[in-house]
Amino acid sequence: MIGRLPIAKMLAVTVALTAAISAVMLQIHWDGQQGSTAAPKIDHLLDVMIVLSSFVFALVMVMLFYALWKFKAKPGDESDGEPIHGNTRLEVAWTLIPTIIVLFGAGYSWKVLDDIEEPAANPLKVQVFSQQYAWSFGYPGKGEAWSQGELHVPLNRQVHFKMHAQDVIHSFWVPEWRIKKDNVPGITTTAIVTPDRLGTYQLICTELCGFGHATMRAKVVVEPAPQFREWVAGLRERVPAPLMESVIQDTEVNPIPVGAGGA
Amino acid sequence: MAAAFKQPGWLRGALGMVLAGAFGFGLVVALRAISGLPVFQTEQTGYPHIVVPLITAPLGFLAGFGCFDYWLRWAVGAPTVPEDHSQHGAKSWKDYFRFNTDHKVIGIQYIVTTFFFFFVGGLMAMLIRAELAQPGTQIVDASTYNSLFSTHAVLMIFVFVIPVFAGIANYVLPLMIGAPDMAFPRLNALSFWMLPIAGILFVGSFLAPGGAFDAGWTGYAPLSTGAPLGQSFFNLGVQFAGASSIATALNFLVTIITMRAPGMNFWRMPLLVWANLSTSLLVVAATPFIAGAQFMVLLDRALGTQFFQFAGGGDVVSYQHIFWFYSHPAVYIMMLPGFGIISEVISTHARKPIFGYRLMALALIGIVVLSYSVWAHHMFVAGMFSWLRVPMMITTLLIAVPTGIKIFSWLGTLYFGKIHTYSTAMLFALAFIVTFTIGGISGVMLGMVPIDIHVSDTYFIVAHIHFVLFGGSVFTIFAGIYHWFPKMTGRMYDEKLGRVHFWGTLLGTWGTFIPMHWVGMDGMPRRVADYAEQFGNWNLLISVFAFMLGAAQLVFLYNMIVSWRYGPRAEGNPWRAKTIEWQVSSPPPVFNFDEIPRVVGGPYEFGVPGARHAIMAGEGAEVPEPKPSVVGST
Repeated sequence: MIGRLPIAKMLAVTVALTAAISAVMLQIHWDGQQGSTAAPKIDHLLDVMIVLSSFVFALVMVMLFYALWKFKAKPGDESDGEPIHGNTRLEVAWTLIPTIIVLFGAGYSWKVLDDIEEPAANPLKVQVFSQQYAWSFGYPGKGEAWSQGELHVPLNRQVHFKMHAQDVIHSFWVPEWRIKKDNVPGITTTAIVTPDRLGTYQLICTELCGFGHATMRAKVVVEPAPQFREWVAGLRERVPAPLMESVIQDTEVNPIPVGAGGA
Repeated sequence: MAAAFKQPGWLRGALGMVLAGAFGFGLVVALRAISGLPVFQTEQTGYPHIVVPLITAPLGFLAGFGCFDYWLRWAVGAPTVPEDHSQHGAKSWKDYFRFNTDHKVIGIQYIVTTFFFFFVGGLMAMLIRAELAQPGTQIVDASTYNSLFSTHAVLMIFVFVIPVFAGIANYVLPLMIGAPDMAFPRLNALSFWMLPIAGILFVGSFLAPGGAFDAGWTGYAPLSTGAPLGQSFFNLGVQFAGASSIATALNFLVTIITMRAPGMNFWRMPLLVWANLSTSLLVVAATPFIAGAQFMVLLDRALGTQFFQFAGGGDVVSYQHIFWFYSHPAVYIMMLPGFGIISEVISTHARKPIFGYRLMALALIGIVVLSYSVWAHHMFVAGMFSWLRVPMMITTLLIAVPTGIKIFSWLGTLYFGKIHTYSTAMLFALAFIVTFTIGGISGVMLGMVPIDIHVSDTYFIVAHIHFVLFGGSVFTIFAGIYHWFPKMTGRMYDEKLGRVHFWGTLLGTWGTFIPMHWVGMDGMPRRVADYAEQFGNWNLLISVFAFMLGAAQLVFLYNMIVSWRYGPRAEGNPWRAKTIEWQVSSPPPVFNFDEIPRVVGGPYEFGVPGARHAIMAGEGAEVPEPKPSVVGST
C-alpha cells in the first residue's frame, strides 16, 4: 500500500517546506530583546522547537494536501474507497517517532532548566514585595533599604529575588529576562536571574490580581555595579515593619535546589 | 387554576422556586436572629441571605418542574404512576420546554440551550475585542473588563463546550449503539434542566452588587475568596453544571456498557462511542474536584473557613492543585468527544474504514490515563514544589503521542479513499486537523518548563487555548452539528451558507488567534484591559478578524434556523454512512427501533464487499450469519 505512494517525493517536499518555514520563523526574534543569561538559552530551545514543529506541521500539510489532491472523489462517483484497515508498521512508526521527539525535547528542556536555575556564588539577594497594585523592593545593607516602584540591579551578577505577596497572588515577569515567578501569600518564592544587558526595562504583573492588574508595573534598571551601589546607598527609606514581617513568617519553598539533594 | 399548580410544569416550577427561595431566605434570617447576629450581612463576600436562596430556589424549581416526581413517590411510599410515556418524545415545539425523558428531545434541548450561551459568550468576546482594539480604556472600565472575560470563559467552558458534546452524544449515541434510549431517562432529563440554572447563575451575576465574578474562570484564591458577591454565583453555577455533567457521564457509562445492541462488542463500537466512554471516565472521576474546590472557596467566603487563607493556616497554592486536577482533564473532556465526531465524519466522507481503528480507541484510553498526571503543568511558575515540574513536563509532552496517533490515523484514513468535500461537516473536519495540529504544537512548547516560564500568563496562552478550544473543540462541534443536522431535524441545511460560515470561521480563527502568539511572546500579559502602545497595531488586526469571526457565526445561526424550518426533507441516510443511527428515518421514530438491530461487523466497513455493520428489523432473513469481523490493524 505504501509502495503505491510517491514517498520519496512527499518526504522531499516535507523537508523543503520544513526548511522554508524554519528559515522564515528563525529570522524573527519572537521573544524580543535578550537581557539575561537565561534568555539566549530559552530562545535557543524555542528555535530548536520551531524547527521540529515546522517539520511536524509540514508533514501534516503534505500528507493532507496530497490526499486531497490525489484521492478527491470525482463528481458523481458514489463508490467506496479501498478497504484498508491499517498498517502496523506505519502505526508503530507514528507512535515511536513522536515519542522519541518529545523525550528529546523533555531532556533538552530539563537541561536548560537546570542551567538557568544554577545558583552562583555570592548572589545579590533582593526582597520583592507585591501588593494590589504596586511593587517595592528591599536591599541588604542599612537594615533593609526600601525602593518603591523602581528595581535596580547590577550588571552580570546573579540576583536571587525573594518574593512576598501581601494580599493576593501576583506574578513577577521581566520579558527581557524570560523569567517569571508567582508571588504567593504565605510563602517565599525565589527567582534566579543574571542580568547581562544594561538598560531600562519593565516589570509586569502577570497574575490577575484585580481591577488594577493591567497597570501594576515597575521600572527596572540594570546598571554597572558602582552606580548600583551608589543608588542603594542613596535610598533613604527602610522596609516598613509589616513587609519585614512577611519576610520572617513566609515559609521558604524549595530552599535547596533539586540537584543538591533536596526534594 | 389550582390544578395547573398541581401538574408538574412551569407554574409549579415557579411556585417551587419562590417557596424554596423564601425558605432559604427565612432560614438564614431566623438562624442569624436567634444567634444574635445582625440579620443581614452585607460584607462583599457574605450575603448569606442571597447565597442560601441561590441554592434552595433552583432545587425548588427542579422539584416543582417535575424532575423528582417519580423518585419522590418511591421515596415517600406514595402510589407510583404507571409509566405511560407521556413525557417521552415531542409532538410540538412546546414539548421541548417540558420535562422530557426522550434522549432525542433532551439532545436538542441541550444543543439549543448551549448554543444560546455560545452566542451570549460570543457577544462578550466581541465586547472584549472592541475594548482591546486600541490601547487605553475606551468602552468598559477595568473591573467590568475583568468580569467580561471571566464570564466569557465560564459560559463557553461550562455551559457551551462541555454540555454541547453531551447534547450531541445524547442524541446520537443511543441510536449508534442500537439502544431505545439512555439507561436512565429521568436522570438524563434532570441533567439537562440543571444546565440552564448554571447558565442563568453565571449571567445573573452581573446583577449582583459589585458586578459579575471577575477573578477569571480559574478563580484563583485568595483573589476569589475576597471578591464581591458575584463570585458566589460562579461557585454555585459550577455546582449545577458539574452535577449535570457527572450525572450525564454516569448515564453514558451505564448506557455504553450495558445497552449495546447484540453483537456490538467493544471492537465494533463506533469511535464516537469510544470517545464518550473515555470522556465519561474523565468526568466522573475529575469533576468532583472542581466542585470541591468551589465549595471550599464558597465556605471561605460565606462561613469564614480558612482553606486558602494563609493567615488562618490555609494553603494558597493548594487551590490550584485541586482546581487543575479537574481542569486539566477538563480540556480532554472538551476534546475527546470531538475526536469521536471527527472520526465519524472523516470515515464517512472519505468512504474509507478508519485507519488503525484499535490504536485509535487505545489512544483515547491513553489520553484518559495520562491526563490525570499532567495537571501541574499549569503551575510551573506558581511556586509549587519545584521537583514536580520535570515529571509533569515529561507526562505532558508524552500526551502528544496518542494525540499524534489520532492526527496521523485520520490522515491515513484519507489515503486511497474517495474524499467528498461537498459537506460543510467534512470541511470543518479537515480544517480541524490543520488547526488542531497548530494548537498541539504550541501545547508541546508550553509543556516545556523553560519556555513556559517565559510565556505563562501571556497572550501566548490565550492563543493556545483558543486554538485548541475554538480551532479544536468548536470546529468539531460544527462538524458534528452539520453532520447530524439532517438526522436531528429531518431537513437538509444549506451547503452554500455552510461554506460561507466555514471560510469566515476558518479565516477568522487564524486571523484572530495566530497573532496572539506573537504579542504574547513579545511581552503582552493576558487578562489586561489596557496594554503597551507597541502592541496596538496587532491588537487592532486581531479585533478586526475577531469581528469577522463573530459575523460568520450569524450566518450559521441563520442557516440553522431557516433550514430547520424550510430546508428540503432529508432522507434517512444522506451521507451513505454505515453506523446504525443512519439506518433509521430522519428524524428517528420515538422509540428509535421497532426491533433492536443486530450488529454483525465493524462500523466503518466501507469498500469491504458484502460487509454489514448491523442488520435492522425485518431484514434479518436474507442476511446470513456473518463470520467474526476483522477490524483494526492488519
